[in-house]
Amino acid sequence: MTIAILAVQGAFYEHGEILRKLGIEHFEIRQQSDLNKHFDGLIIPGGESTVQGKLIRELNLYDTLKEKILQNLPVFGTCAGLLLLAKQISNDEKTHLGTMNITAVRNAYGRQLGSFSTDGNFKGIGTVPMTFIRAPYIEQVGENVEILAEYNGKITAARENNQLVTAFHPELNDNLSIHRYFADIVENNA
Amino acid sequence: MSKRFELNKNLAQMLKGGVIMDVTTPEQAKIAEKAGACAVMALERIPADIRAAGGVSRMSDPKMIKGIQEAVSIPVMAKCRIGHFAEAQILQAIEIDYIDESEVLSPADDVYHIDKRQFDVPFVCGARDLGEALRRISEGASMIRTKGEPGTGDVVQAVRHLRLMQSEIRRLTSLSEDEIYEAAKQLQVPYELAKYVHDNGKLPVVNFAAGGVATPADAALMMQLGAEGVFVGSGIFKSGNPEKRAAAIVKAVTNYKDAKLLAELSEDLGEAMVGINEQEIEIIMAERGK
Repeated sequence: MTIAILAVQGAFYEHGEILRKLGIEHFEIRQQSDLNKHFDGLIIPGGESTVQGKLIRELNLYDTLKEKILQNLPVFGTCAGLLLLAKQISNDEKTHLGTMNITAVRNAYGRQLGSFSTDGNFKGIGTVPMTFIRAPYIEQVGENVEILAEYNGKITAARENNQLVTAFHPELNDNLSIHRYFADIVENNA
Repeated sequence: MSKRFELNKNLAQMLKGGVIMDVTTPEQAKIAEKAGACAVMALERIPADIRAAGGVSRMSDPKMIKGIQEAVSIPVMAKCRIGHFAEAQILQAIEIDYIDESEVLSPADDVYHIDKRQFDVPFVCGARDLGEALRRISEGASMIRTKGEPGTGDVVQAVRHLRLMQSEIRRLTSLSEDEIYEAAKQLQVPYELAKYVHDNGKLPVVNFAAGGVATPADAALMMQLGAEGVFVGSGIFKSGNPEKRAAAIVKAVTNYKDAKLLAELSEDLGEAMVGINEQEIEIIMAERGK
């Protein structure tokens, strides 16, 4: 199994470290030629969604990535990655890959002073640490979307077929369980 | 380490691989955001103009900073003077995302830096070497940048600071366990921080390059030398075509090893900011705060 990590901006290195701990092969996507390599799953990391959204277009990654995701490539988006996958962003007219049937709210907890960490229940896993950094949440989900975690009544993790998103950052903690959960999706898809 | 410090370190991790741009108006902030800045630094005058104007340079008008906060959706940073904790309290009160305790402004205290652990908002500080970086982290900085020499368009000092820091990190990494105590003493830093660098081969927080970056090639140089992202101050809005230059620097930071792409990005950018050599300047800002 090989997982590609979108590495145009943000905390891509941290995802790589977690995959390394899990013994999963991985490489970074920074430009079009990187898409020629084979990969079974894709991680879109945290960072700034405006920057990543712009760079995937201008570095000609957009069409291929979107096509692969629509053809069921397993994808895992954290924070900005969630925003890149969201079909709608209620406080931003600009959407990006827009492949997942969710409506997200950007910077939903305000500025950095609103950032926080907590422990919460993740469906099918149990209690996991959750770190929210200028995080979004999911306001609304489509009919085939399964809700996996909530915090204070707001959806913070969800799955639609092979697309997995979290508003928080599992890559910032030592807990490997959510990445393992994604690896299982990739494994079952093969 | 407190939970807040962890969260503040985490925000810097999200900025990695990105470009933080100095802006002086909401319009410039929008241009920077559109060009792909991962954050903006709101200030009344960019370093080149501070240098030209001379005199005492202070924290910007909060109203001006708020105007920029309203104009963009990306994180907004602002500068306070070294040691001026009251300015920092004001910036925290307007919910700034990051405070730069900066040598670009006139220092308010020539002995003490701000006790940054007393704040909930994160701080980034400049450093010329490993000792300075770890002292700032010990005071509570959750992000480090090289000092470079702001407002000059001359990258030589940023290169010097980053190279020195990296070489000191490599040296510390090579020491045996019982040698770390003496190394900490010489660096004038707490043992625990020296030990962290020894064990991990890097700073405990994110490290950006700053000061004198003016071209995509400058940005690529700093990234190849080990910076995790770059600040561009005067280099963008003092140049002929800010939008194009800003966007090119953003892409150069993502693909900093691809010389062919860097060549394309460096084409037709219009005039770069006028550079001043370090021998020609009167105030060495990097010497402020140690």
